[in-house]
Amino acid sequence: MWNWFHKLASPPHFYRLAGIFSPWMLWSSLILIAIGTYGGLVLAPADYQQGEGFRIIYVHVPSSYLSTMIYALMAVTSGIGLIWRIKLAHAVAASAAPIGASFTAVSLLTGMLWGKPMWGTYWEWDPRLTSELILLFIYFGYMSLRASFEDISKADRAGGLLAVVGVVNLPIIHYSVIWWSSLHQGPSIKKLDAPSISGDMLWPLLLLIAASTLFFGALLLYRVRAEVLDREHNSRWVQDLLGEMPGAG
Amino acid sequence: MNLSRFFAAIVRRELQIAFKRWGDLASPLMFFVMVASLFPLALSPQHEMLRNLGPAVLWIAALLATLLSLNALFRGDIEDGSMEQLVLSPYPLALAIFGKTVAHWLLNGLPLVMLAPALAVTYYLPVEGVRALSLTLLIGTPTLSLLGAVGAALTAGVRQSGGLLALLVLPLMLPVLMFGARATDLAGSGEQITGPLYLLSALLLLALSLLPLASAAAIRISLD
Repeated sequence: MWNWFHKLASPPHFYRLAGIFSPWMLWSSLILIAIGTYGGLVLAPADYQQGEGFRIIYVHVPSSYLSTMIYALMAVTSGIGLIWRIKLAHAVAASAAPIGASFTAVSLLTGMLWGKPMWGTYWEWDPRLTSELILLFIYFGYMSLRASFEDISKADRAGGLLAVVGVVNLPIIHYSVIWWSSLHQGPSIKKLDAPSISGDMLWPLLLLIAASTLFFGALLLYRVRAEVLDREHNSRWVQDLLGEMPGAG
Repeated sequence: MNLSRFFAAIVRRELQIAFKRWGDLASPLMFFVMVASLFPLALSPQHEMLRNLGPAVLWIAALLATLLSLNALFRGDIEDGSMEQLVLSPYPLALAIFGKTVAHWLLNGLPLVMLAPALAVTYYLPVEGVRALSLTLLIGTPTLSLLGAVGAALTAGVRQSGGLLALLVLPLMLPVLMFGARATDLAGSGEQITGPLYLLSALLLLALSLLPLASAAAIRISLD
């Protein structure tokens, strides 16, 4: 098992493996997104209270879920990188950050668009919207901290430490904001056994959550591959790889 | 030298250095007073409005003043090489960093706590509000110093780190701000504030136990 783990952490091996997986993940996620979007926008009935406006959850919920999940992934990979000094883990964290920030921004924008017809205003200082905004700031902080170091291994360790400190703070910030005020509607898909959302509405949502996660995985693999090439551009295997490519050199 | 004497020596050294440079010591305090007096000038000095805004304004001013003082927290020690000596010394680095953070709070946080009641009076806060403001600042500003020390340690090797430091630590400081300002506000309208006070204390204990270790790790990263 450890042998497999060590092999995965070797950049050339990971580069090859990711190159095999990423197209499959990308295409299957795109197909699933197409099916889920058709189910959500066409097949699902309009909500009896929110009308057609509720359909924005098919974008909003997957991106909100991914925004926190990606941060958790960054913290875990940074922790692995700091403890076992695996450079590839840092490369994964660094590549995940811009994707996570984008999903956070999408989640905020769709939340605001949903808020206009439902609450009558684009912005409400509602706990979940507010903690999503703070999460966006934390992503920006992480990326600017990394960008301010020229030495990549220093950027890795400083950014990794910040990601780990941030992940301890995220629940504190989240629950502080909830305590501070509450206006948002209650969570509707947490209780899967007795969901307060009907089946026709639910399956496209679950499908889209899975498809978006797969989509994120594909994007991440593409970005990590580029990051690995950039970091290892002086090493032998990258030189060999570039030599094999037609038109290179 | 045992650990407690080492700790005391660190704190004493920081205080001695700081008292030789009065200007650096006074500027965050002046900043605190200035920011707090900008609001009545920019708005209008109506008693009712100032009383409502007071808790938030004073807490934000204290937060920004703390942020202003953080930039230089480890810079001097790193530039003159004394931080390297501390890293190489047989004593735990986290303890040395904690000593420096305690000194930072004594020099910056504590004066804010003592100055705040005077400013609160200019915002027409009721007596309960003034008392709550002092109490929440007393419990909250050490947490701010501890959080800020992590940010200062991470950015110690970076040029032009002021804006970056703010971006890193402000989101982490938000819970302290929210509980502190809200408790002051509640006390002003005559309500119980034990809840937010307990939460602020819990945050302080958590910060005391974990953050010096994080700051020490960050210093090690910045130094090599």
